[in-house]
Amino acid sequence: MYLYDELDRTLVAERVAEFRDQVARRLSGELSEDEFKPLRLMNGVYLQLHAYMLRIAIPYGTLSSDQLRMLAHVARRYDRGYGHFTTRQNIQFHWIKLAELPEAMADLAGAGLHGMQTSGNNVRNITTDQWAGVAPDEIEDPRVWAELIRQHLTLHPEFSFMPRKFKIAVGASRHDRAALRIHDLALRLLRNGAGETGFEVMVGGGLGRTPFLAKTIKPFLHKRDVLSYVEAVLRTYNQFGRRDNIWKARIKILVHDLGAEAFAKEVEAEWRAIKDGPLALDPAVFAEIAGRFRYPAYERLDDNPPALGEARRADRRFDGWMGNAVANHRIPGYAIVTLSLKPQGGTPGDASAEQMEAIADLADRYSYGEIRVGHEQNLVLPHVAQRDLAALWRALDAIGVATPNVGLISDIISCPGLDYCSLANARSIPVAQEIAARFRNLDLARDLGRLHINISGCINACGHHHVGHIGILGVEKNGEEFYQITLGGKADEDAKLGALIGPAVPFAQVADVVEDIAAAYLELRARPDELFVDTVKRTGIEPFKERVYATR
Amino acid sequence: MTSPLDQKLKIAGPVVVTANRLTDGAVIYRRADGGWTTVLDAAAVTTSAAVAQEHLAAANIDRLRAVGAYVAPVKVATDGRLRPGNLREFIRSTGPTTIDPRDPL
Repeated sequence: MYLYDELDRTLVAERVAEFRDQVARRLSGELSEDEFKPLRLMNGVYLQLHAYMLRIAIPYGTLSSDQLRMLAHVARRYDRGYGHFTTRQNIQFHWIKLAELPEAMADLAGAGLHGMQTSGNNVRNITTDQWAGVAPDEIEDPRVWAELIRQHLTLHPEFSFMPRKFKIAVGASRHDRAALRIHDLALRLLRNGAGETGFEVMVGGGLGRTPFLAKTIKPFLHKRDVLSYVEAVLRTYNQFGRRDNIWKARIKILVHDLGAEAFAKEVEAEWRAIKDGPLALDPAVFAEIAGRFRYPAYERLDDNPPALGEARRADRRFDGWMGNAVANHRIPGYAIVTLSLKPQGGTPGDASAEQMEAIADLADRYSYGEIRVGHEQNLVLPHVAQRDLAALWRALDAIGVATPNVGLISDIISCPGLDYCSLANARSIPVAQEIAARFRNLDLARDLGRLHINISGCINACGHHHVGHIGILGVEKNGEEFYQITLGGKADEDAKLGALIGPAVPFAQVADVVEDIAAAYLELRARPDELFVDTVKRTGIEPFKERVYATR
Repeated sequence: MTSPLDQKLKIAGPVVVTANRLTDGAVIYRRADGGWTTVLDAAAVTTSAAVAQEHLAAANIDRLRAVGAYVAPVKVATDGRLRPGNLREFIRSTGPTTIDPRDPL
C-alpha cells in the first residue's frame, strides 16, 4: 500500500470544497451547464443516459480494505448498491445524483479517493500490472515509478489542457499484464546489457477510431531521466498535437503522421534542454516515495503445504479454482488470487456493496488488507498464504466471486455500452451475458483454454475490442444494433490488433458467431495446448471466416 | 453563422423533447404546459418540425431543471400511448436491459 501524506489529503479536501461550491452555484443557476460541464468533468463527473456517473481513480490499481469499504459505502448510500470496475483501473458509479455528489466526494476523500483527472484532456489515472510488487517475473515494483509520475503530473498546469486525454501505463515484468502497447505513453522496466535497470519508452498507442500500437522511441532510458523524458514527450505532444479535430488529436495520430523516428527526435531535443534541470531524479525524493509503500511482513512459509494438496484432492471444485484463479507469488508459501467479477449472468466488472465489503474483510483476514484492480475488470488479493487458500475459496465462492473462468472465454472485458453510456451505439453487457451463458459449461471453457473476448459498444473502444482474441464492436445500422467481429488481437508483450473477419452481424447472432468461431478453433488447433490466438496466427482468419459466413 | 438553435429541424414522424433532470440526471420529457415529467406518455408530442423547434428552444432556456434537451422520436401505439422511437430512447425510458446486478447471483 502507498500511504498518502498531508499534501495529498489537503489537495483532495480542497478539491472537494471547490466542487461543493461549483455544484451549489450550478443548482442555483449562477453557473450555466456550459460553464459547469468542464468543471464537473475535471472531477470525473459525466452525464450519462439515465443519471450522472462518477469515475474514481484507483492509482496503479491498488486499494486498501478501508478504501474498498468506502467504495461499498458510496455504492450503497449514493448509488444503487453496486459499482463498475473499468478497463483502466477505475471504478464508476452510474446512478449518482448531482446534489449528493459533494457529499459522496467528501466521503471518498476521507479514504484518499477522488475523481480528479479521470476525465478531461489531461494525464489520466496511471495504470500498472495488477500483480505489481508480487509477480515472480518482475524486475521491481512499478508502482513506485507510477506514483512518482502521478505526483508530478497531478494538477500540473502545463498538462491540464492538452489536445486530448493522455493515458500512461508502467510495467516491470517480462509478461505484460498492463496492456502497455495500447497506451499513449508506456514505460517498461528492464535491464540493459550492463545490468542496469531503466525503462523502455513506448509512445503513440491507442485504440478508438484509429487504432495503433505504441512504438518504442527509446529502448533504454536511465531511471534518473524518467520525469524529464515523460515531460519532454508531453511537451512535444502539447506543442504539435492537433487541436482542430477531435478524431486526430491523440498522440497516436501525431506519432503516426510524423513517424516515430521524427517524433523521437523532437522529444530528444526537448529532453536535452531539461534533462539536467530540476526534473533529474532526486534519489532522496524517490526514496521518500518508495518508503511510503508498505509491504507485508510475510511469514517464512514453504510452498505447497501438504494440507493444500489434500484439500485439492478432496474437492474437485476447489481444485478447478486453484488451477484457474491462483498464481505463483514471488514469496514462497504465498499466492496471488484473482477474484472473477464475471459470474454467470452478471455484468462484467460489477461488484455489489455487499461483495465489496466482504472482499475487504477477506483482504484483512487473508491478504494484509490489500486488493488490486486489473484492467480485465477482475479483482486480486495479492498476498494470500497458500495454507489459507481453501478457507478463502469457500468465502469467495459464497459471495459469487470464485467462478473459475479467469482468462477463459466467459471472462469477458466489456464496456457499459448503450445500457448506460451516452456515447455508445450498441449494447455490450447483454452480448457478454449471452456469450457467457452459452459457455457456462466450464469443462468446455477449459477445453477452449485462454481466450479473451473484448466488447465495445462504440468506436471509442473502452472495451479494447481491437486487442481481444475475439473482438466485438457494436455499430448502429438503420436503427439496429450490428456487431463487427475481429480475430487475433492481443494486449500482452506480443500485442497485435485483430483482423476484421467480414460483415457485421445482428445482435441476435453474435453469440452464435462466437460459438461457430470456438467450434472452428477446436477443429483447427494443431494440438490441445495450441492457444486460440496462436491458431488464428497460424491459420489466418480465413478458415474462421468461412465457418462464420458459410450459413449467413 | 446560424446558431444550432436556429437551424431547421428535420423530423420524420412524432417527436417529443427530452432531457436529463439537473439534480439527478433522470430522464425527463417536456409536457405541454412547459413542465417536465419522467413519464414518456405524459410528454407533449408533435409531428410539426416548427412546433418541436419551439418546444426545444423553450426547453433550452429552462436551465434550472433540464440539461441537454433534444428532440427524440416516439411511436404512437394503436391505443394512443407513446412508445420510445428507437433503442437508445427505449433504454433511456425503461432503464438498462441487462440482468439486474442486485438479483441474487
